Amino acid sequence: MVSAASSAIARGPGPGADAIWRALAAVPDPEIPVISVVDLGIIRGVEWRDDEWVISVTPTYSGCPATEVIAGDIGRALAAAGVARFRIETRLAPAWTTDWIAADARQRLADYGIAPPGARAAASGQIDQTGQVNRIDISALHRYRREAASVPCPRCNSTRTRQQSRYGSTPCKAQYRCDDCLEPFDYFKPH
Amino acid sequence: MPSDRQLLDYVLRLADSDLILAQRLGEWVGHGPALEEDIALTNVGLDLLGQARLWFAYASEVEARELVRSGGASRNEDEFAFMREGGGFRNLLLAEQPNGNYADTTARQFYFDVWHELLLRNLAVSRDPRIAEIAAKALKEVMYHAERSADWVIRLGDGTELSHARMQSAIDGLWMFTGEMFAADDTELALAAEGVAADVRALLPVWRDRVASVLDRATLTMPSAAWMQRGGKQGVHTEHLGHLLAEMQSLHRAHPGVQW
Repeated sequence: MVSAASSAIARGPGPGADAIWRALAAVPDPEIPVISVVDLGIIRGVEWRDDEWVISVTPTYSGCPATEVIAGDIGRALAAAGVARFRIETRLAPAWTTDWIAADARQRLADYGIAPPGARAAASGQIDQTGQVNRIDISALHRYRREAASVPCPRCNSTRTRQQSRYGSTPCKAQYRCDDCLEPFDYFKPH
Repeated sequence: MPSDRQLLDYVLRLADSDLILAQRLGEWVGHGPALEEDIALTNVGLDLLGQARLWFAYASEVEARELVRSGGASRNEDEFAFMREGGGFRNLLLAEQPNGNYADTTARQFYFDVWHELLLRNLAVSRDPRIAEIAAKALKEVMYHAERSADWVIRLGDGTELSHARMQSAIDGLWMFTGEMFAADDTELALAAEGVAADVRALLPVWRDRVASVLDRATLTMPSAAWMQRGGKQGVHTEHLGHLLAEMQSLHRAHPGVQW
C-alpha cells in the first residue's frame, strides 16, 4: 500500500504519508479485530491536498454499520500519531472487493476461525495508470455464481462443509458448518 | 435536456424504494421463522438502507445545485427520510406492501431483486458518474439478494403442499404491483434519452424470462393477469405506506435531529 508516489507527495507538517500508513495499519476492524483497516483493503489513498491530509476510505458493504465506527477509530489513531490536519473522504469507485484483503491477513482470519474469502467474485472497475477509474466493468458479474470449490473448515481443514445460511454475524459473512468436526464457522464471502 | 428537478425526482425514486423496502424487512427483526432468516432478511435490509443513504446523499447535492438559483436550503438524508409526507415519496408500490406471511415477503423480494439487479446493471454505465458508481457498488450486493430470494421461491414453491399453495398465492397477489417497475414516465424517458437513467421498458422481457425460469423450477405458475397498479413513482400510494411512515418517522418528528 505504501508506494513511492505517496511518500513523495508527503508535504504536510508533522508525520508524513509513511507514518500515517503505519498508524492506519494499527487500526483494527471493529468486527474482526485480527485484521486492520489496511489489511481489509478499504484505505484507498493518503494524500496531502489543500493543506490537509485526505484519507480515502471505501465502504465494504453499503450499509455496513462498522463504517462510522471505523471513521471514528481512524480519526483517533491519526490524532494520537500527531496528525493535526486531516479529513476522511468516502470513495465509492472502484467498489471494494475481497480481493483487496492482504494475503497474510487471510491466514490471520483462518486462525481466528473465519474461513477467508475464495477467489474474486467480481470485477468492479478498471484503474488506469494515474489511479483514476476510467470505466466501470461489470462484465464479470454473473448471477447464480456458485462457490467453485468447497470452503475448507478453518479448524480442521476438512472440505466436507456446507452452507447453513447466506448471512452470518455481519453482512460480509455467511454461516457454514463442518461435517467432520461438526463446528459451525463464519465464511468471509467473496465480494 | 433533463433538468436538475427531474434528476432529483429520479434519484429520490431510487432512494425511496430502497428505504421503504429496508423498513419493511426491518419489521421482521425478532419475528423471522428461523434465526438464520431473521439475520438474512435484516442484512438484506441493511444493504438496501445503505444504498438508500448513498442515493439520498446524491439527491441532497442535486437539490443544492437546483436551489442555488433561488437561495433555498437543500434537505439532508434525514429530512428526506423523516420529514416528507406520503405523497412526497416516490417508491414503487411493491416495496410498501405489507410483509404478510413468509411467502408474501419472499415473493415481494424476488420480484424486486430481479428487477433491481437489471436496473443497476444499466445504471452502472450511466453517463452520470455518481449514479454509475453507486449502482456499481449496489449491484454486487443486489446480485446476492437475487440469488437468495430465488432460492427461497424454489424451496417454498417446490416444498410441501402448504408452502406451495402459499407461495403461489403470494406470487399471484403481488403480480399487479410489478407492472409499475417497467412503466416509464416523462421524467424517466427524458433522463434515459440522455443516458442518465435506464429505460425500464427494455428490462421487461429479461425480467419475465428470469421470473418464469425460477417459477418453473419452483413448480409454480406464472401469473397472466394484465391489470397493473401504478402511481408510486408519482407519489400516489396504497394505504399501507401511511402506516409504515407513521412508525418510521415518529421518533424523528418527536425529537427533531435526534441521533443515536
